[in-house]
Amino acid sequence: MKRDVVKIANAQAFWGDQNEAAARLLQEQPDLDYITLDYLSEVSMSIMAGQKAKDPRFGYAHDFIDVIKSLAPYWKRGAKVKIITNAGGLNPRGCAQACADALRQASCHGLHIGIVSGDDVLDRIKCTPDNPLFHNMDTSEPISNILDRLTTANAYLGAKPIVDALHLGADIVITGRTADPSLTVAPCVAYHGWCWDDYDRIAQATVAGHLIECGTQATGGISTDWLAIADVNDIGFPFVEVDRDAHFVLTKPRNTGGLVSIDTVTEQLLYEIGDPAAYLSPDVTLSFLSLSLEETGKNRILIKGAKGKPPPSTYKVSATYRNGYKAEGTLAVFGEDCKNKAQRCGQIVLERMKRHGMIPQRSLIECLGCGDVVTGIAPFGNHSSLPFECMLRICIADPRLEVLEYFSKQIAPLVTAGPQGVTGYTSGRPHIRPLFGFWPCSIPTSLVTPNIDILEVKQ
Amino acid sequence: MKKTVVPLKSIAHARSGDKGANANIGVIAYTVEGYHHLEKHLTEDRVALFFHQLSPRAVKRYPLPNLLAFNFVLEGVLAEGGSCSLRTDAQGKALGQAILEIPLEGL
Repeated sequence: MKRDVVKIANAQAFWGDQNEAAARLLQEQPDLDYITLDYLSEVSMSIMAGQKAKDPRFGYAHDFIDVIKSLAPYWKRGAKVKIITNAGGLNPRGCAQACADALRQASCHGLHIGIVSGDDVLDRIKCTPDNPLFHNMDTSEPISNILDRLTTANAYLGAKPIVDALHLGADIVITGRTADPSLTVAPCVAYHGWCWDDYDRIAQATVAGHLIECGTQATGGISTDWLAIADVNDIGFPFVEVDRDAHFVLTKPRNTGGLVSIDTVTEQLLYEIGDPAAYLSPDVTLSFLSLSLEETGKNRILIKGAKGKPPPSTYKVSATYRNGYKAEGTLAVFGEDCKNKAQRCGQIVLERMKRHGMIPQRSLIECLGCGDVVTGIAPFGNHSSLPFECMLRICIADPRLEVLEYFSKQIAPLVTAGPQGVTGYTSGRPHIRPLFGFWPCSIPTSLVTPNIDILEVKQ
Repeated sequence: MKKTVVPLKSIAHARSGDKGANANIGVIAYTVEGYHHLEKHLTEDRVALFFHQLSPRAVKRYPLPNLLAFNFVLEGVLAEGGSCSLRTDAQGKALGQAILEIPLEGL
């Protein structure tokens, strides 16, 4: 019999989160209907572009294949849980194929994988770069300035193509770029059969998605009173129980660490938002100003009241471009005058680079331990005494690889030429990484056509 | 009588993150009284002054009275964007912890 509420969890906040979370959730909470996994941050597409350039079979979050393998035993035992993820990145089809192979090897036959594509708008932008919608949303700079370095451009699709895939029988839906909350909106709509213009309900589901998309941040992770939480070992991943009116309870499995309280949930509501009266998603424009939170049990918060309006007529686009290289080197400095010593060491490196005509385009010296994580902040009461140790961190960026290579050889000599108290040079030469810039812009929805395919795991 | 000065952390808790070149900090009062106090004292100017070394282009404050909260958007403090910034706190994750040190007139 169909339950009144649909239960949707999150088991991945970003590419690099705990791979075991999905299997653990099913162990702890076997009645989950859906598990969503979010792999894409602003620039993860550029990392995937590099991988796809090396091998066209790649370009997706390959860690997801391990998650699928870990879930195979549950499906073989008859579990009905469905998976929704943006792990497809730049290559949802390649990701789906790899999943199908893994499931076939695990004898999970008969499962269906839905593939949502069509978010890639790179060619579209390259054809008409002068469209003012493609100007950088933050700086108004025209995209033609970086067109030759443009690496990826993907529209944030909404929940609709995922719902279509679910209606076509998908047990696993793999998308490319999709708005994070839409991964949760889709199962709500598929389960309860809401209409797309039922904006208040879609708004509620979007709030649910916004709350769980960052995994354990909704269940006590990074909270102000983290130290006071009784158990921060193995914080439980969050799930929501959404009823047909879209009221929902945010909670976590029993006997897991963490805390779901008005305080922890409110912090996450405010995480990475702009104007709370106009939160934009491809599914709805919504207001947080009528939301109410109520504690209805231990680790259970009931959320109601979101108000929705039609979504914008454009999709947000996240584009990335090559922006040179970056490297950072660190060295511990111990003892009296450590801050002066660390700063002087940093200057020595930059001065030597200057003498060799290798002035980096950008450079930064930080003395970690002396208040440089957030520069210029005076702790309340100003009770700070002089630090007795700090970590020197020198970070540079430049388009020229040779500048970075020269830099990477300049930290180690300080071990013998620097001041007394210099130590901790154990991680070797600084690692040089390519840098990708983030270019937020938009595109009319009419120019983007989401595409759905179904792949069956055959014997 | 001289008014006492208290840190924001005695009145509210907070969380921060990035949105491109901007950072946002949600500040949530523990009580209704605290919310009204912050409404009066935790102004855009006060927050901009506290973070002046990060050179915000502008600070915008959005009230959420239903949640006893304010959302502060610090425009341009992650100048190159989270992906290109050279700073350790490239994504403004520590700003929520930092804002709690703001000294305010006591309740």
